[in-house]
Amino acid sequence: MPTIVVDVMPKAELLDPAGKAVAGSLARQGKAHISGVRIGKRFEITVDEVNEAVLAEVREIAESMLSNSVIEDVIDVRVAEDHPAANAGEAHAEASVSR
Amino acid sequence: MRVGVVTFPGSLDERDAQRAVRLAGAEPVELWHSDHDLQGVDAIVLPGGFSYGDYLRCGAIAAHSPIMREVVDAANSGMPVLGICNGFQVLVEAHLLPGGLIRNDHGQFVRRDQQLRVENTSTAWTSGFEQGQEITIPLKNGEGGFIADAETLARIEGEGLVTFRYVGLNPNGSLNDIAGLTNERGNVVGLMPHPEHAVEAGFGPDTSTRMRSGVDGLTFFTSVVEQALARA
Repeated sequence: MPTIVVDVMPKAELLDPAGKAVAGSLARQGKAHISGVRIGKRFEITVDEVNEAVLAEVREIAESMLSNSVIEDVIDVRVAEDHPAANAGEAHAEASVSR
Repeated sequence: MRVGVVTFPGSLDERDAQRAVRLAGAEPVELWHSDHDLQGVDAIVLPGGFSYGDYLRCGAIAAHSPIMREVVDAANSGMPVLGICNGFQVLVEAHLLPGGLIRNDHGQFVRRDQQLRVENTSTAWTSGFEQGQEITIPLKNGEGGFIADAETLARIEGEGLVTFRYVGLNPNGSLNDIAGLTNERGNVVGLMPHPEHAVEAGFGPDTSTRMRSGVDGLTFFTSVVEQALARA
């Protein structure tokens, strides 16, 4: 079954207390060269088949349900790498809506 | 007057909200998240808790539950709707109130008796307060930081939609100390602190005169009842 991956991140200008806590722990473990961590979400959406209509629908779901535009950005909507449609070259570029 | 209290999977404070409605002289009506029936109620409370375990985002899944279609329609027709804590999060996720709520800036859950200033007394749920009145009701949340983009924040402030502001201490990093909001029409109110936990002497916050005697939260519920009586 093909999988569509959606990446959502908290808006860059917002404080991310969870990411800050992880960065603080890393610093305490001596990883002083790591200057920041931000935590987002990855959704793996299984569909019967991938086509433009399905991708458009997932993009709509990503904006309306999977993310809240007040506090988050949809970073990417793409077909999972191991799916043939993702390896067809252009398909991946078409599928992505990077911002 | 009949006031509906919606229970979602993971709601915690619906019984306290029902009790507050009863103490204010109205009849509480239990509403269920998966129904499409408001049972003819005159006002609605979305209670606190952790609907759907706060999965996805606090309030996000509840905002898409069946009964919310009727709640949104009723709110847009002017029915009084009060969202408390998780209920406030549901209201912003349902776009009935502007802005969003994120994890407390210090990263910790906070529980305290919280002082607030009433900034807007022309809403369905605050008409019994004096403008600028300071009240104390319990606060308990992990994700109560109110945010909005600069343009939205300017509009909220310009239109007087800020209904409650934290006083003394901002417990979660909310912008402009915003604790609660109303919509343009004044029928929808959402706030992070819990008025339904301060409605009966013996169970509320401490006051200068006696322990646990604070009942400042009761005015939310008597406000909506008195306005209904005035219209009748």
